[in-house]
Amino acid sequence: MLQGLVLLFGFQFIGELLARLLDLPIPGNVIGLAMLLLALAGGIVKEESITEASDLLLKYMTLFFVPAGVGVMLYFDLIAREWLPIIVGTVVSTFVVMAVTGWVEQLLGGDGD
Amino acid sequence: MVTELLSSPLLGIVLTLVTFRVAELLYRRSGLVFFNPVLVSSCVIIAVLKVSHISYADYSNGGDLLLFLLGPSVVAIALPLWQRREQVLKRKLPILVGVCAGALASIASAAGTAWLLGASPEVVSSLVPKSVTTPIAIGISAKIGGLVPLTAALVILTGCIGAICGPEFCRLIGIRKPTSIGLAIGTASHGIGTARALEEDRLIGAVSGLAIGLNGLATAVFVPLLWLLFGWN
Repeated sequence: MLQGLVLLFGFQFIGELLARLLDLPIPGNVIGLAMLLLALAGGIVKEESITEASDLLLKYMTLFFVPAGVGVMLYFDLIAREWLPIIVGTVVSTFVVMAVTGWVEQLLGGDGD
Repeated sequence: MVTELLSSPLLGIVLTLVTFRVAELLYRRSGLVFFNPVLVSSCVIIAVLKVSHISYADYSNGGDLLLFLLGPSVVAIALPLWQRREQVLKRKLPILVGVCAGALASIASAAGTAWLLGASPEVVSSLVPKSVTTPIAIGISAKIGGLVPLTAALVILTGCIGAICGPEFCRLIGIRKPTSIGLAIGTASHGIGTARALEEDRLIGAVSGLAIGLNGLATAVFVPLLWLLFGWN
């Protein structure tokens, strides 16, 4: 478990470092994700060494979103002022994305599953 | 003194954990998708803070610690991606094209709808990465002049919409294959939608989890490119 956490935090750190050093437009944690995938593919990191820690974090990922949800209270004024574009934009766009993504995947999907 | 305890990280952590635990029980026992644990917990905590006059700053001393764990959680998405590499590689074309189409549809429809309805530029920018998982969305929002906490809030709202009605909406509009449903939910509503997708079916959940990472990457690459291309800033 500890080894897995060290690896996850370590790869996040490497990702954040690369993002800053190279001034990349991609967030550091995504670079960390890509680096970890490469390390798994290259046999540098063994799958078993990150399984426990990764499963734990992914299982509780929704919990980590709650403080971000509470953060909405800071923006009640702004949301109240521009509630129509904010709410309609979010709802409409969410359904548009689901429709476009699902349809495209299904049309190109063949019978592979 | 009691006031010192108020600004300790313990307050935010205990309040979040207790509320989330109760919300999760309510969700499971009731079987009602509208009682989404993230949505219910956030609303209850906001109400508690308002009623008890505890400031957001006091809450976030602990809340930020939990929020910080989203960072390594994103790195951890490497595991499901790696474990399903064969399934993914076999269907890489439909999955990649689907996510890219979804990412572009997300950017265009969010910015377009908000702009048409007269949103200010900061609000439009804040809406653009709303389908992407929080830690990535925050990074994108900051780069294009969005309001980071507003983006974080909209990401949660988006996730809750996908979790509450994603599977039903997909079936309603004729998306029936498990991989298509999973990709649609994960691309549109990241981790919160994926939690619901996992309850539907293992394959739907797996592909949804994959879509979180892919859409994060796609949007993180597309947005700066589009902004560069059109010279927005």
